[in-house]
Amino acid sequence: MADTKEMKKALFGPILDNNPIALQVLGICSALAITTKLETALVMSLALTSVVSFSNLFISLIRNQIPSSVRIIIQMTIIASLVIVVDQILKAYSYEVSKQLSVFVGLIITNCIVMGRAEAYAMKSPPLMSLLDGIGNGLGYSFILIVIGTIKELFGFGTILGFEILPLVQNGGWYQGNGLLILPFSSFFLIGGMVWFIRTIRPEQVEPKE
Amino acid sequence: MSAKKESLGKTIGIVVAVCLVCSVVVSGAAVGLRSIQQTNASLDKKSNILTAAGLYEQGMSADNIESVYAERVEQRFVDLESGEFTEAPGSDYDMYKAAKKTDMSTKVTNSNVGFQRRPNVASVWMVRDDAGEVSRVILPVHGSGLWDLMYGFLAVDNDGQTIRELIYYDQAETPGLGGEVQNPAWQDKWDGKKLYEDGEVAIRVKKNAKPSNPHSVDALSGATLTSNGVENTIRYWTGEQGFGEFLKKQAWRS
Repeated sequence: MADTKEMKKALFGPILDNNPIALQVLGICSALAITTKLETALVMSLALTSVVSFSNLFISLIRNQIPSSVRIIIQMTIIASLVIVVDQILKAYSYEVSKQLSVFVGLIITNCIVMGRAEAYAMKSPPLMSLLDGIGNGLGYSFILIVIGTIKELFGFGTILGFEILPLVQNGGWYQGNGLLILPFSSFFLIGGMVWFIRTIRPEQVEPKE
Repeated sequence: MSAKKESLGKTIGIVVAVCLVCSVVVSGAAVGLRSIQQTNASLDKKSNILTAAGLYEQGMSADNIESVYAERVEQRFVDLESGEFTEAPGSDYDMYKAAKKTDMSTKVTNSNVGFQRRPNVASVWMVRDDAGEVSRVILPVHGSGLWDLMYGFLAVDNDGQTIRELIYYDQAETPGLGGEVQNPAWQDKWDGKKLYEDGEVAIRVKKNAKPSNPHSVDALSGATLTSNGVENTIRYWTGEQGFGEFLKKQAWRS
């Protein structure tokens, strides 16, 4: 059984030290597209975290039974089923948000974080550690999404979770919304900025010069 | 990886077992959550109808939508051939399902609206003002865009001629190009346009249409095929095969 220190590392490591977006540069496309509003970013984070942790758990549980010739297909089947279940739950309990997320929930299936963790970690590790690793990577993804979603919504629309923080000129306030931040590609700059920031406080993440 | 778990029989066994478990989980979720999803879908449809009716306000609660809908909107059925109101062919009647049955639908001719058959009886929604008079008529329209069928509601004034809203609620056009059919700024361009001129369908969607022209709406830039699809849809559904007769007779006045 793994000791607590190792468990802590699996759970909290991916947030700053080994962030799936900032260091491993996985799962960028969904991070670009759905961070315009904090609410969608939160729901997406929750969806991805639950998919990646459960897929890690289930794959790890049957890892000794999976024949290696068909392992990718079995991983995909499990991940796809989990994504469909999450999509169904969203449609039932959060219909508006699920309409905004539209294809992106379905595209969790192809999110590199989920596949990457299943293949690289869950296939070799015991269930509890895999579950923690899944939750940790989900948290790392969520951390980036929430920061970017907050910046984009606050400076793009002047709101946080729909509550007005900076009153917009259109509504008689003083703040002129930043149109660039409403567009999906502004996340490129923000994610780039975050990678820079994280590597400044964690210099060991900087790749050596070639 | 040991050699013994690579035997063909075992591989197939594992694959079948995983598939079985996964399919049970997926179908369980789908069946178990269906009723809640249907409530959501019907609420969504009602809020779209209220938007077309001009009664929807941002952030309305579910109860609010239900009560405004119940108070102001009434669903009726129209025989498209005669243009008269008729009884619903059955409880829970769905015109899109009826269009698939040969005895309840008619073949589409001379139109590239993008589907083969239209139902004989269509749903319409009557919007009443505070005095109880019909103020708007909401017609369901659908037709093919670039990628797939687009479903929407066309709201017409009680003169059967002036367009108020065109709300698309289900479409799969390219986001940012054809997907702009859902952009409120483009939807606003329909407000006040006239459907007919001298009894003929005159509405057009065309490039650089002047806002002052009562019969044409500016096309979406970068989305010519979607714009053509919208034009075909509106022209078909307000023409003689669609609601043309109904709008001419104005059955809601009697």
